[in-house]
Amino acid sequence: MKVFKLIFKNMFRHKLRTALTIMGISIAVMAFALLRTVIGAWYVGIEATAPDRLITRNSVSFIFPLPVAYRARIASIPGVSNVSYANWFQGVYIDERNFFPRMAVDVETFFDLYPELLLPAEQKEDFKKQRNACIVGAKTAKKFNLKIGDAMTVDGDIYPGRYTFIVRGVYTGRDRATDETQMFFHWAYLDEQLKRDMPIRAGYVGWYVVLIADPAQTAAVSAGIDEIFRNSPSETKTETEKAFTQGFISMSSTIILAIQFISYIIVGIILLVLANTMVMTARERIMEYAVLKTLGFRTLHIAGLITGESLLIAVIGGAIGLAITFPITAGIGEQLSNIFPVFLVETSTMATAMSFAIMVGLIASIVPLYRAMTTSIVDGLRHAG
Amino acid sequence: MEPIIAIRDLSKSYYRESLEIPVLQNISMDIARGEFLALMGPSGSGKTTLLNLIAGIDRPDAGSILVNGTDVPTLNESELAEWRAQNVGFVFQFYNLLPVLTAFENVELPLLLTPLTKKQRREHVEAALGVVGLGDRMNHTPKQLSGGQEQRVAIARAIVTDPTIIVADEPTGDLDKRSAEEILALLERLNSAFEKTIVMVTHDPRAADRAHVQRHLEKGELL
Repeated sequence: MKVFKLIFKNMFRHKLRTALTIMGISIAVMAFALLRTVIGAWYVGIEATAPDRLITRNSVSFIFPLPVAYRARIASIPGVSNVSYANWFQGVYIDERNFFPRMAVDVETFFDLYPELLLPAEQKEDFKKQRNACIVGAKTAKKFNLKIGDAMTVDGDIYPGRYTFIVRGVYTGRDRATDETQMFFHWAYLDEQLKRDMPIRAGYVGWYVVLIADPAQTAAVSAGIDEIFRNSPSETKTETEKAFTQGFISMSSTIILAIQFISYIIVGIILLVLANTMVMTARERIMEYAVLKTLGFRTLHIAGLITGESLLIAVIGGAIGLAITFPITAGIGEQLSNIFPVFLVETSTMATAMSFAIMVGLIASIVPLYRAMTTSIVDGLRHAG
Repeated sequence: MEPIIAIRDLSKSYYRESLEIPVLQNISMDIARGEFLALMGPSGSGKTTLLNLIAGIDRPDAGSILVNGTDVPTLNESELAEWRAQNVGFVFQFYNLLPVLTAFENVELPLLLTPLTKKQRREHVEAALGVVGLGDRMNHTPKQLSGGQEQRVAIARAIVTDPTIIVADEPTGDLDKRSAEEILALLERLNSAFEKTIVMVTHDPRAADRAHVQRHLEKGELL
């Protein structure tokens, strides 16, 4: 018989209590992992950014456009190897709830600047050839059962009017962090409509995407771009794609902070659940610890039994919690795909959740350990009778 | 006969809040090797405290206890634990078996602290359970045993390491007459056949009559 066997047998002495404790820890770990996944989903855009891409936007605000004529001047800046541009189109596809990013892009350059968007060459060519063609991400195609050749009618809101697009390609993500929900169509197609219906809004882009040859030159190139448009009607602000994305996320920082806070409260709840069980357990076994000491077992052996049991409960609870996190995350991710295009449990989330479970297992054993270590054999034996 | 236990000027008090309660006062006695001693006395006379001090699970305020040449109170906690494991077998009134373990596993417990192999441990445990007549109950848990059988498992646990002395605190106190008789017969046999030194605390004069020597304590003093 080994000590581990005794720990295991002790753990199931009160099957219902242990089962409820493990269940409590499992649910708490699952909730913790889920909340951390939500936070991760918020930040996944940063993970998807490239160090050699800069974003140039209107210095006043992202919602103010920039003239399309800036493209050639940006391209002339030393260190710039390619320039593309896009407009946030938005619109409503079938129903307002069907949110996914819809953008008008420069078809000639856009996919060259985003190599993580994998699109077969023939689909890319078909996209370029047809003025009202569009490309959709694999997740959106799957969700709305869109196939190549299908028509997509989108009612514009930022750009009023009814737009009909033909799906000419479906892209997939190269990396797990790549958003596969977006839809891209010709900027020129949008501009044509604007020239006809709202000429004052034609000839503008939402932002420029600037590819630089050397990421080490980010500061110099950014300053160079902004410098040439200083004192112009539309001054620019150029920053790394990462900083640009972080700017968006910072708008939700209070919500993220609240979620983080709740996730740590959950860790506290796990601690209380397990600590309660361990305190009850130790109180019931004071006599047994005294008997073991009488037989020659040392304080360290007793500490091993208590901490071992606490850790085992925490680890089993943590493992079950993580196991149930995956199907639950998949289900929630499916429901929230319009808000969080990438909703995956990160390895770091699993490691953090498991680390917290282990930490809780250790902390929960402190009080019972102290009691078992400071109770004399004589007092412990009296406890029995 | 050479004493295996030599107690000199032993005193022990307990403290309740700031109040000192003397339990043992200037006790001196010898217990010979191979002796079967019964310690008797009314409740609160200090007999269990004396037993605990002899067994090294409590410390005196003054005096010395030499057991087989070792001055027990001078040992530190770690040395004391090791000394108990090697020299003392305990039998408690309420058996104090671990309920989640089988009879075999309960008896095996003290051997986990020894360098014996699994096979050697099994041999020792089987031998000890054979001595107490429970060779066929090895895989039974305490719940599946009667009170007398539980106490016999506790005795097997006490002798499995072949200790120098066996201390028994009211070993028949929780048993019916027939089971008590069996336990006392077993203790007698351990003393006579295996020459174990036994110190037994008891209230029961019939149990005490089975011992070779009876010593009486009253108000912490040896009569």
